Amino acid sequence: MRKVWDLIGGVHPPENKHQSVQLPIDVLPLPEKLVIPLNQHIGAPAKLLVATGDRVLKGQELAEPSGLVSVGVHAPTSGTISDISEYPIPHPSGMAARCVTLIPDGKEQWIDHVGIDTTYAFQDYSPAKLLEMIRHAGIAGLGGAGFPSAVKLTPRKTITTLIINGSECEPYITADDMLMRERAEAIVEGIQILSYILGGPEEVLIGIEDNKPEARAALEPFVRDTHIQLVSFPTRYPSGGEKQLIQILTGREVPSGGLPADIGIVCQNVGTAFAVQKAIYLGEPLISRITTVTGRACSTNRNYEVLIGTPITHLLAHNGFDENNCSRLIMGGPMMGFTLTDPDIPVIKTTNCILAASWEEAPTPPPAQPCIRCGMCAEACPTSLLPQQLFWYAQSHNHERLEAHNLFDCIECGACSYVCPSNIPLVQYYRASKGEIRKQAQEKIKSDRARARFEFQKARKEQEEMARTAKREARKQAAEQAKAMTAGRGDKPQESEDIVKTAMARAAEHQASPAEQQARLERSIARAESHLHSVEKRLETIRKEGTEQQQEQALAAVEDARRRLEDARSKRAQLDNTAGASDTDKVMERLQASPKDTLEKKIASCKERIAVTRQKIADSDDETLKAALTSGLEKQQAKLADAQQALAALPDNASGTPVTQQTTDAAANAIARAQARAAATRDLPAEEQLRQSVVALEGRIEKAKAKLDEARASESEHVNALQAGLEKLQNKLLDAQQQLNTVTAQPSTADDDSADAASSAIARAQARVAELASMSEEDKLRETVTSLKSRLEKARIKLREAEAERSEHVDSLRTAVEKLQVRLTEAEQQLAEYHP
Amino acid sequence: MALLKITSPHAHTAQSTASVMRLVLLATIPGLIALTLFFGWGSVINILLAGSVAVLCEAAVMRLRKRPVMFYLSDNSALVTAVLLGLALPPLAPWWVVVVGTSFAILIAKHLYGGLGYNPFNPAMVGYVVLLISFPVQMTAWPAPLPLYAEGVSPPGFLASLQIVLGLPGAGTVDAFTAATPLDTLRQNSGLLIAQLYEQDPLFSLARWAGAGWEWVNLGFLLGGCFLLYRRVFTWHGPVAMLASLSLCAALFYDGGSSASHGSPLMHLLSGGTMLGAFFILTDPVSSATSNRGRLIFGALIGVLIFIIRSWGSYPDAVAFAVLLMNFAAPLIDNYTLPRTYGHKKSRRATEKKE
Repeated sequence: MRKVWDLIGGVHPPENKHQSVQLPIDVLPLPEKLVIPLNQHIGAPAKLLVATGDRVLKGQELAEPSGLVSVGVHAPTSGTISDISEYPIPHPSGMAARCVTLIPDGKEQWIDHVGIDTTYAFQDYSPAKLLEMIRHAGIAGLGGAGFPSAVKLTPRKTITTLIINGSECEPYITADDMLMRERAEAIVEGIQILSYILGGPEEVLIGIEDNKPEARAALEPFVRDTHIQLVSFPTRYPSGGEKQLIQILTGREVPSGGLPADIGIVCQNVGTAFAVQKAIYLGEPLISRITTVTGRACSTNRNYEVLIGTPITHLLAHNGFDENNCSRLIMGGPMMGFTLTDPDIPVIKTTNCILAASWEEAPTPPPAQPCIRCGMCAEACPTSLLPQQLFWYAQSHNHERLEAHNLFDCIECGACSYVCPSNIPLVQYYRASKGEIRKQAQEKIKSDRARARFEFQKARKEQEEMARTAKREARKQAAEQAKAMTAGRGDKPQESEDIVKTAMARAAEHQASPAEQQARLERSIARAESHLHSVEKRLETIRKEGTEQQQEQALAAVEDARRRLEDARSKRAQLDNTAGASDTDKVMERLQASPKDTLEKKIASCKERIAVTRQKIADSDDETLKAALTSGLEKQQAKLADAQQALAALPDNASGTPVTQQTTDAAANAIARAQARAAATRDLPAEEQLRQSVVALEGRIEKAKAKLDEARASESEHVNALQAGLEKLQNKLLDAQQQLNTVTAQPSTADDDSADAASSAIARAQARVAELASMSEEDKLRETVTSLKSRLEKARIKLREAEAERSEHVDSLRTAVEKLQVRLTEAEQQLAEYHP
Repeated sequence: MALLKITSPHAHTAQSTASVMRLVLLATIPGLIALTLFFGWGSVINILLAGSVAVLCEAAVMRLRKRPVMFYLSDNSALVTAVLLGLALPPLAPWWVVVVGTSFAILIAKHLYGGLGYNPFNPAMVGYVVLLISFPVQMTAWPAPLPLYAEGVSPPGFLASLQIVLGLPGAGTVDAFTAATPLDTLRQNSGLLIAQLYEQDPLFSLARWAGAGWEWVNLGFLLGGCFLLYRRVFTWHGPVAMLASLSLCAALFYDGGSSASHGSPLMHLLSGGTMLGAFFILTDPVSSATSNRGRLIFGALIGVLIFIIRSWGSYPDAVAFAVLLMNFAAPLIDNYTLPRTYGHKKSRRATEKKE
């Protein structure tokens, strides 16, 4: 006699098994319809193979396994598929799922099916082949959970013990008991196949509770000459639980969260062994099972071989079901079964019992009383949990404590609830808490993912921001450098900028339609005009109120604005040149009109201004202001005269082609030149650029000087402005030269400095010479004296600064100051001599 | 067809809280009989009085809390508290002592903490300790056991006892009947060897093992306790651990029966409230430790505390204090004494975070 271990905890509920073992297993007549759920097992629902209206044969595959952990579904009889849609399925929640509705035709016409060739032993087939047959026979564990048998039979570890569960510890249920009594031979054959597939484990045990001596006796003769052992153990619920049975038969425990295979054990139900035998020997898929119909609400209590998909109502109708005497309709046993709210739901592969309990058997549960922590639940618990503590923490939703108290090792056998004197539905609390914790865990995973995503996004954004900042910084530096260069190069970069702009505009123009381009240019011309207007206005006010210097600046601004306007116009001219012929005429008209217009506008504005100024003179009381205004008025009048003259000078046939042609050509040429220059500039190294800009500046200075001379000669009012412009140019030249020095970064900085100074001095001298040339002798002398004085002043300031800084240039500055003094005295003398 | 949706299990034992409480009440009968036989009707009166007060208090609280009064009264828990307090109080204690103790036990110790199942301390013992501290004179006035009565003098009958308890004029006082308890005697002993004491003091000389009357009272409670064990109302762990540790302590400090001895293990086991405490007080599931391992620790420490307080404390008996002190410790014990769950290599701690 093999040693058995004691079940921890457990309870002894009234067995109530005798009622349903009085009669042999029977077969029911075909029901009107069969409703076959696509998911009767743990895993993925089977994949549908038939359609509504199809005629199917008995045993035909209705749906095939859709994954590794999945099994197929077969037609329990021949008939027609009438419907494929959602119906309530056997589930504690009463939920609906996809089902195939089959209307039996009553012919019971089998599809062609063959088992293994019986001239051979099953050992002549490979385990893989047998497994495939089991998988295609749609066999899922018939004990309760419905785990796909083929998956369970391919463990990753070596199996030393195969346990066949014939415990059937739940009260009322006798399906396995009757199966063992009546089909012992087939079961043993099935067990041998299972054992072969598992590679012949050392031990094959059939565990049977000692309340089923008949079943044991029935099996005995068939196991006598085999390696299969029959093991009986004391009846106590829940000895039939997989983990509990393993513990009773082997004394070993399945690790928490693990599988029996982890300790080399596979557990299969006797019903599964029977189904395997049918599948291998006969080739019959799982289309029926043994189900107990019991409970005092049924007049007949017995077991049936029921077709999968048979509605419960069909079972009840054949057993004298008394609706009024039924308190609950339970699928499964009284300890772990769930109540059905819809008796129309079908029998599935895991339906071992239909318990129609009467009011005496299952009275309405009394209200729960407070838990007095009596500990009876802990005594009953087969997994050594502390149900009273779990209940306490479940009530307070203390999930941490629940997990520390191993809530997830609860097998929900119901022993605790069964013994609870306070009638607390403990198992329900645990189920709810497990659900809560699982949900929370899922939410945590979700939120973790969201957080990770968010953090990644944040990091990415930060990185992007950093990159952007770095770029900006770089651009800023580049801009500063460029600015420094610009300062050194004078107008040149601006010019080149303008060229680049033009190029960009041109690029844009290639994409934009001529009309758009024209509109754009039109707009820019309008802008330029309004800008010009505004600067002119400002000039006006400054002339009235401002200082001389401000006036000069304003004047320069006006000049600038005018130049821009002209730029814009020349651009349009170019556009018109490239635009279509129809447009050209129009544009040419406008072009030819525009100088005239400008002049006319100018005249008009001048007149207006004159009027305003006159009004102001009349209104003004201040003598100095009046004087300033008067001088401004005079200038305006001169301008007006100029403009009128220019207008008069405009050819009458201004609309003639040659002029326009000339203008456009000139503009185009200018642009081409500018572009070429810009391109050249772009491609040149900084040093070269600077050098070029120095050269260009020198050229411009030359031109400016010439202009200045001209202006002086004609005693133009622009002399001052021109002089200021010249000075600016000279400054720019100086800067450019300095930059050139820094760029070339030659060790002999002093030389460069002096070279710089020299060139600027040269420039100044040249300017002076040019100036002097246009002056009367006395004026020249006066000018010289003034300039020398100012220069001396400046030099002295510089000398003082240098002394304060203890610069190395102090000496040279001092000599310069001395020289200047000498020259000043000379000049003064000369002046004095001129005016004896 | 309307079908009920009820979660599993669908079967249930006939056992209920009320029946468990009834069993406990039933189990007190041998002890009560012994008390009545040896100390008169006082304990019966105590129980009747305490029981009525407890039921009234319980009903009042339930009404205040707007709960169904009968539903909660029918769990018999208030009655159990009252009976245990009534058994612990000295027979013939004034009625107001009983009323104050019972009211305190039910109102303060039980319901202010949330009622049945939520009280951290044993209500009967809280009531007892409140009385012992507040009214030490009344609480230490134990009537003499029957064997000590002189020839011809009989203990008061039921009505006479009732008059004494109610303090009716002309009823006499309890002082006329009081005598020292074995534990008192032993505390006050100085100079006599245990053997001498047993010979000289009628309290011991007239007894079979450990004090006239007291030994039988304790044996009565032991009998009741065994009945409850047999009926699986509680597990053996708590009581056995307590009795064992108390015996062990007594054996360690027996000192060969010298005059400095704190008494034999048998004397400790069969005197005072030892057996009542072991089987009826520390087995109160609400306020004791939860797991069997926890109950072993809980019980053993109560035994030690009882011996310490009896031997070196200022109170003659110590069950109430020891139990209350350990009630404090029960949640802590629970945290460290979880059983090893199936499939786990070792037991976990309740305070443990994720595995």
